[in-house]
Amino acid sequence: MPTITSSPTESRKRSQTLRPSDSVAGLLAKIILLGLVDAFAVYVLIVLFMQEKWAVLVLAAVVTLVINWIYLRRGGLPAKYLAPGIFFLLIFQVFVMLFSGYVAFTNYGDGHNSTKEDAISSIQLAAQQRVPDSPAYRVTIVEQGGEFHFLTTDPDGDISIGSTEEPLEGVSDAVTDGTGKATELEDYRTLQFDEVLANQAEILALTVPFSEDPDDGTLRTSDGSTAYVFSPTLVYDEAADTFTDAETGTVYSDSGEGTFVSADGQQLNTGWKIDVGFANFTKAFSNEDIRGPLLQVTLWTFTFALISVLSTFALGLFLANAFNHPNLRGKKIYRILMILPYAFPAFLAGLVWSGLLNPEFGYVNNTFFGGANIPWLTDPLLAKFSVLLVNLWLGFPYMFLVCTGALQSLPEDVNEAARLDGASPWKLFTSIKLPLLLVSVAPLLIASFAFNFNNFNVIYMLTDGGPRFSDTTVNVGATDILITMVYEVAFGSGVGRDYGLASALSIIIFFIVAVISVISFRQTKSLEEIN
Amino acid sequence: MATETPTPLLATPSQGATAPPPERRKQSFGAWFRDKGWRHVVAVLTTAFAIFPLLYVLSAALNSTGTMAGSNVLFSRIDFGNFEELFSNPNRPFGKWFMNTLVIGVVTSAATVFLGALAAYAFSRMRFKGRRVSLLSLLVLQMFPQLLAVVAIFLLLNFITDVVPWLGLGSQLGLIMVYLGGALGVNTYLMYGFFNTIPASLDEAARIDGASHVQVFFTIILPLVTPILAVVGLLAFIGLSSEFVIASVVLNDPDSQTLAVGLYSYVGQQRSENWGVFAAGAVLAALPVMALFLYLQKYIVNGLAAGSVKG
Repeated sequence: MPTITSSPTESRKRSQTLRPSDSVAGLLAKIILLGLVDAFAVYVLIVLFMQEKWAVLVLAAVVTLVINWIYLRRGGLPAKYLAPGIFFLLIFQVFVMLFSGYVAFTNYGDGHNSTKEDAISSIQLAAQQRVPDSPAYRVTIVEQGGEFHFLTTDPDGDISIGSTEEPLEGVSDAVTDGTGKATELEDYRTLQFDEVLANQAEILALTVPFSEDPDDGTLRTSDGSTAYVFSPTLVYDEAADTFTDAETGTVYSDSGEGTFVSADGQQLNTGWKIDVGFANFTKAFSNEDIRGPLLQVTLWTFTFALISVLSTFALGLFLANAFNHPNLRGKKIYRILMILPYAFPAFLAGLVWSGLLNPEFGYVNNTFFGGANIPWLTDPLLAKFSVLLVNLWLGFPYMFLVCTGALQSLPEDVNEAARLDGASPWKLFTSIKLPLLLVSVAPLLIASFAFNFNNFNVIYMLTDGGPRFSDTTVNVGATDILITMVYEVAFGSGVGRDYGLASALSIIIFFIVAVISVISFRQTKSLEEIN
Repeated sequence: MATETPTPLLATPSQGATAPPPERRKQSFGAWFRDKGWRHVVAVLTTAFAIFPLLYVLSAALNSTGTMAGSNVLFSRIDFGNFEELFSNPNRPFGKWFMNTLVIGVVTSAATVFLGALAAYAFSRMRFKGRRVSLLSLLVLQMFPQLLAVVAIFLLLNFITDVVPWLGLGSQLGLIMVYLGGALGVNTYLMYGFFNTIPASLDEAARIDGASHVQVFFTIILPLVTPILAVVGLLAFIGLSSEFVIASVVLNDPDSQTLAVGLYSYVGQQRSENWGVFAAGAVLAALPVMALFLYLQKYIVNGLAAGSVKG
């Protein structure tokens, strides 16, 4: 940047009248970046257009236009600096929160994850049985773009190709072997025998429909070289909106709850997503199986967060005080060793401590307690204690650092004056240092509470929420906090994934956190300091 | 900028104290203990509490008997068998996990620092409509971690998979984008406070010399605020290296997973069996983070102190 030599007044005038022109490199960078963003946006818009997802298409178009408007117009400088961060913030923090709110009012989950049309075709595809005495189709497994297809030769010698996604379609230019079986096709790669073996699971799952209508049946293979005709046992009647079992004649109709149900209450496995209103919330508060555990989990979440903050703060403050001595030998080395737990990844800490506290083989029982079999992680009360202990181990260095900083920034003259007035060290600490310290540390304590309220890692890695409650079917336990319960309901190995219920639980957490933060911000008045 | 606050305060009196050593000898043990001795006792006890789990995992890593029961006498046996096994299991590609974590962590924290700094610059140097409201919203939003919306994040990425497969479920780039949703928030706050301590007269002078706002940002502000950038970047990296929930939901293929997800799978079901190999993985996973932390320690301490003072 060459400095322009001119008198101060002149240059000031220039900077007021003219917008300082960006350098060529800057302009170029701007054009390239905006071009890339727009190119990507156009690509996304085209895909959305092809998939006929109109609502998202409009939204994406508007976002693209806004981005271009922000960067192409003159002025509006703050928006240019804020836009990139806010873009991600709006999509992946604000939007997903609102979306959680929406999901909480649906029955989204295992067996209910798509539209009714998708559910119907997937029921038709799933309920297929081999047609007895149906002819054998000879197949060759070919691959294109990572997807497997059947290259089939039907009993009449006609050759066609298809995959799970695309129904069979006749081809004429396939290479055949001596028996007339098609073995190769242009643009497709024929799988060798060992590749077929390696991709067994995927090939066995291939269900190639004869046409767009699943009622026409499908081809499946069990060995990668011969395929048989399968036809649906459940037939969909579009006019009546029912499924009829071809063998038993049972009729399944829309239950209004996102599933097809027969008269005697039999339910077809695949359902679809519908809006269920407050059903998830009602379930959380009225279903015996969930209400009891939810209440216990909520209480424990508060206890856990509160004790974690208090214990780490107490220890950290005590240590900061003990080390706030002008000449203490080895202070540096103590400090480094002491903050090591803070530097140790939290998820590993939970796992390592779960080993240390293992009742049979763990170090703590074997070394400190002479081989006693103390159930640190499997007794409800001890497990809670262990979780708090491990969190103390993880959290006290942070409080130690914060308190040290805050102590050192306290005005020395106040201390001096109190000391001259004959205040004891304890008095000095409780009536002068602590109140002053709390003023500056209180917002961090609140933040720490909020963090521990959702401290997933420690709980999940140490006890996985266990020991499990015995009086419920939901897979939660004595040390589960709300967020681990949400994870368990949504992604756990338990009964089935229930995204709707999990989101409803998240919304409950949102409200609790919101109330806490409003109260605490009022208390500390920290918001008023922003200018 | 790196004002090491404690050092000047401490240096002077300690030099004064070491100068006359005989004086200290005269001090009775009781007086010494009341003044300093108990502090050493506290320090040794706390240090022991702080480091014994770390020593334990290090010892287990170096002990190739491999089971938890065999790891109970610290450093009874030292070899590298666990480490060899760690790198030779194709179903649990530790080397890949390590690289994945490193790449995701570095890219995300660099982008986080950049996005946060852009926003902090705007908040600190420009006055515009809605500024106060935006700052307050950031403060409030950070009370709601993304973790809470993990179900919605999963469903959103599931949707993105249909439109742009390489940004959806299973994609590390998608995961990075999700993480960037949290780029503003507390980071911007920390940086904003720090940016405010840089006198505005500096950039005004540059503007008078004809520098554009972009040049002011890159050549004047950023170099001066390096300490806070390092703190934010490092804290982001440390946070990301421990992030389990979202990563476990987004990355389902072992080859693309991060250390947190991968190492959990090592001991998720049967904790005591793979213990030695897991410990070796834990040591390797923790070492870079800890080294970085200690190296940049003084920045972190200053940053935290600054944060606590300014609230």
